[in-house]
Amino acid sequence: MGFLFPNGVTSYLAGGLFLGLGLMVMYLTLGVKAGASSVLSSTLTYVTPLTAERSSRQWRLLFALAMVLGAWLYAATHQAFFVTAEGWWRLALGGLLVGFGTRLSSGCTSGHGICGVASFSRASLLAVAVFMAVAIVTARVVMLLGVTP
Amino acid sequence: MKRLFSILLGGGLFGYGLALSGMARPEVMLSFLQLRDLGLLLVMAAALAVTTIGFRLAPRLRETTLLGLPFSHEVKPMLAGTVPGAVIFGVGWGLCGLCPGAAVASLGIGNGPVLIGLAGMFVGAYLQGVLAEGRPKLQG
Repeated sequence: MGFLFPNGVTSYLAGGLFLGLGLMVMYLTLGVKAGASSVLSSTLTYVTPLTAERSSRQWRLLFALAMVLGAWLYAATHQAFFVTAEGWWRLALGGLLVGFGTRLSSGCTSGHGICGVASFSRASLLAVAVFMAVAIVTARVVMLLGVTP
Repeated sequence: MKRLFSILLGGGLFGYGLALSGMARPEVMLSFLQLRDLGLLLVMAAALAVTTIGFRLAPRLRETTLLGLPFSHEVKPMLAGTVPGAVIFGVGWGLCGLCPGAAVASLGIGNGPVLIGLAGMFVGAYLQGVLAEGRPKLQG
C-alpha cells in the first residue's frame, strides 16, 4: 500500500468525506446536485449574452465563493497555504481546455465523477473513464517530456 | 437567509474537503495523474460513498428538501458532446492538474497563479458556449 499512497490515506479519505457532505448539504436543502463546472457557464451569463445555466447562476456563484472560504479556513488553521510552481502557459492552456471540455461534456470531476456516478448515469461513468484515461496519458507524456514544473 | 446559509455551509464543506485532501494543489493532482500517488481515488471513493447513499435515501425519507424545495432526480444523459468533451477536458487536466472545483478551492489556499487557469477556463467555457448557442448578438 505504501507505494500506492506514499503520503498515507487519512487526508484523502477525510477530504472526500467533507466533499461528499458538502454536496449532501446542497442536496438536502436546495435539492440540487452541485457539480462544479457549471459555475463557469452560469457566471458567464452575468457578463455575456450566453444563456446556459442562467437560472442557477446565483447559487452557483455563492457556492464557489463559499468553496474559496472553506479552503481558506483549512489553509489558515493548518498552515497549508500553497503557491504552484507551474508555468503560466501551462495553467492558461490547461485551463482553456478544461473550461471548453467540461462544458462540452456537461460535467467535470465533481459533476460527472461524483454527482453523475452517484446517480448511476451511464454517460457520467463513460465520461469519467475517458477523462481519467486521457488525463493520465497526458500527464505521463508531459512528465516524460521533462516539462517541469 | 436559510438558503444563503445552506449554500455557504455546502460550499464551505466542499472547499474545505478539497483543501484537506490536497486536491486544491495542482502538484498533488498531477502526482495522481502521473500515477505516483493514487490518493484521488480515495477522495472520490469517500465522496461517492456519502452521495450514492444520500442521493437515494433523501427523496425516500422526505417529499421535499429541508427548505421545502423539490429534490433533483437528474441523471446526466448521453449527449453528442459527452465523450469529445471528456477527451478535451482530460488533455487540459493532465496538462495543468486543475479541474474546475479544485481550481476554485485553490484560490482559498492562496494560490494566486491559479487565477490564470481560472481565466483560461472562463475563456474555454465562453468559446464552447458560443459554439453551442451561436454567436451571441452584442446588445448596445
